[in-house]
Amino acid sequence: MPFSEAAQRELQEIIQRYPDKRSAMLPALAIAQREQGYLTPEAYQWVAEMLGTSPTWVASVASFYTMLRKEPAGRYLIQVCTNLSCSLLGARSLLDHLRERLGIDVGETTPDGLFTLTTVECLGSCATAPVMQVNERYYEQLTPERIDEILAGLRREAGTCGDDRVAEGQS
Amino acid sequence: MDKFLLRNVGVPDSHRIEVYLSRGGYESWRRALTTMQPQAVVDLVKSSGLRGRGGAGFPTGMKWSFVPQGVYPRYLVCNADEGEPGTCKDRVLMENDPHLVLEGIAISSYAIEAHLAFIYVRGEFTLSAERLEAAIAEARAQGFLGKNILGSGYDLDIVVHRGAGAYICGEETALLTSLEGERGNPRLKPPFPATEGLYRKPTVINNVETLANVPLIVQYGAEWYKSMGTEKSPGIKLFALSGQVKRPGVYELPLGTPLRTLIEEYGGGTLEDQPVKAVIPGGSSAPMLTAAHLDTPLDYESIAAAGSMLGSGAVIVITEGTCIVSVVRRLIEFYAHEDCGQCIPGREGIAWLARILERIEAGKGREEDLDLLLDICDGLSGRSLCPLGDAVVGPVRSSLKHFRDDYLAHIRTGQCVQPVAVTIA
Ligand SMILES: Cc1cc2nc3c(=O)[nH]c(=O)nc-3n(C[C@H](O)[C@H](O)[C@H](O)COP(=O)(O)O)c2cc1C
Ligand code: SF4
Ligand code: FES
Repeated sequence: MPFSEAAQRELQEIIQRYPDKRSAMLPALAIAQREQGYLTPEAYQWVAEMLGTSPTWVASVASFYTMLRKEPAGRYLIQVCTNLSCSLLGARSLLDHLRERLGIDVGETTPDGLFTLTTVECLGSCATAPVMQVNERYYEQLTPERIDEILAGLRREAGTCGDDRVAEGQS
Repeated sequence: MDKFLLRNVGVPDSHRIEVYLSRGGYESWRRALTTMQPQAVVDLVKSSGLRGRGGAGFPTGMKWSFVPQGVYPRYLVCNADEGEPGTCKDRVLMENDPHLVLEGIAISSYAIEAHLAFIYVRGEFTLSAERLEAAIAEARAQGFLGKNILGSGYDLDIVVHRGAGAYICGEETALLTSLEGERGNPRLKPPFPATEGLYRKPTVINNVETLANVPLIVQYGAEWYKSMGTEKSPGIKLFALSGQVKRPGVYELPLGTPLRTLIEEYGGGTLEDQPVKAVIPGGSSAPMLTAAHLDTPLDYESIAAAGSMLGSGAVIVITEGTCIVSVVRRLIEFYAHEDCGQCIPGREGIAWLARILERIEAGKGREEDLDLLLDICDGLSGRSLCPLGDAVVGPVRSSLKHFRDDYLAHIRTGQCVQPVAVTIA
């Protein structure tokens, strides 16, 4: 069983909130992703068992949602908004700056497994554009200088606290 | 003007219940629960003229009265999936004043006699979800939610449900399908959610901002609400101003405020004082307007008369020098990415629009392509299973009407002749 007791209990508790346990699908997938870094066949199996459905069905639902990752990502997933309000205020040059600083293209992960760079559709932060999200956190009104500071801060954070999730997600 | 919806934003710890209570919070909930019958709340909201702030502007009280008599359980769903490009107002409310959102949900649930309400929060909005969860725990601990609320005998639970990155789940029927644990495919209407919604039970779906207005209406009354705005678009609205302006932001204004006032007084004018080229007045699906429309009042009727829609109230400003072909292509690529693929007009139509726009932007277009774009719009609008099909045609048709020269320049010179393009290479 690749899923912890705690995850099991957490999901049980969430299921109770809904009149129909299938409604716990997205929360269940979110827990599975948090536990393993991305979604694996074991995750679909676990969710299917917990919700009384089939793994194929769970995989099909998961494939609909972009935040549910089917592949490992680096420790810091950098998502740059390229929708209109951000692009009108220079999202493209920020993206170029990030490519250059990280030495990777969009969709790639740095060799040390620290950063994955992607683009994302409107993050709902258009009045503080341009914007990017790193893991759960928003960074708004970005400039190239600000990006350098953020990257330096993340590198410091990664260097100081030993975290066993650093490598590309392992299952 | 005085702030109502944003009155607590900027107050230190505005998300905490002590602060909310110290500023008169939950008094409307207490009043509704202890002095009003559910029907009286529905009548009050009806007479205030409040219209849905999620995009369509549908009268809220009327929507509530569509719930069939005698059918239980009923559900209230708060649409917090805020994903329409340009729109960022609901997030401001959820992060800074989650108790106002909860109070609105509580009063509205009571009005429709629901005992379980869901808040479908956009997956990316971690802070919003955390603040709402914490606020629910605080409100429960103080007896504003849960069993036998304030001794009234009325029970209500509110569940925060997080999405997982799919714009289409903001469409109300797709939201329900997603909340039931499926792929977020929209459903055919009718049946409408009010009669057959979540788990096939009567369900009212309202936007965050719509619900946040309800405590204010209970507190100050329908006449007060109608004293602001216009006759058909009464009250106050949050406008998310973004794009090429000096002070983008979320501003609370009476409906009917001229577009120019929002851009010049609140937004401080355009960047480098460039002339306005285009304005998208109601989120990315709203047809574009031009500098000639700057004196249009921002209310549902006036913006419709100008050829667009007020939508979510997200105003995106585009100045001279920006290539409109690149703008439209960026938006259509967004729709192509977010389309659910379930119906043929939607899936094929949007994909073809994207392909043709790409070709035009790359300088490989033909003049016939412009008619082809319009043909595809005709095949899409009104023919798709869900309203996304209509949303997509807004930017295409309006840009071909007002900015045809930008398209022709691409086609005739084979390249972009504007200094700024928003294309992401
Ligand atoms: C493609 C599409 C996306 C939508 N996205 C949202 C959204 O993010 N938030 C929202 O409140 N309404 C959205 N709507 C509108 C909802 O379908 C629905 O009309 C609204 O939630 C009703 O609430 P209201 O009456 O309070 O406006 C969307 C509609 C469509 C067609
Ligand atoms: S228009 Fe059709 S394919 Fe597109 S989102 Fe709506 S239902 Fe899905
Ligand atoms: S366009 Fe970037 S956050 Fe909305």
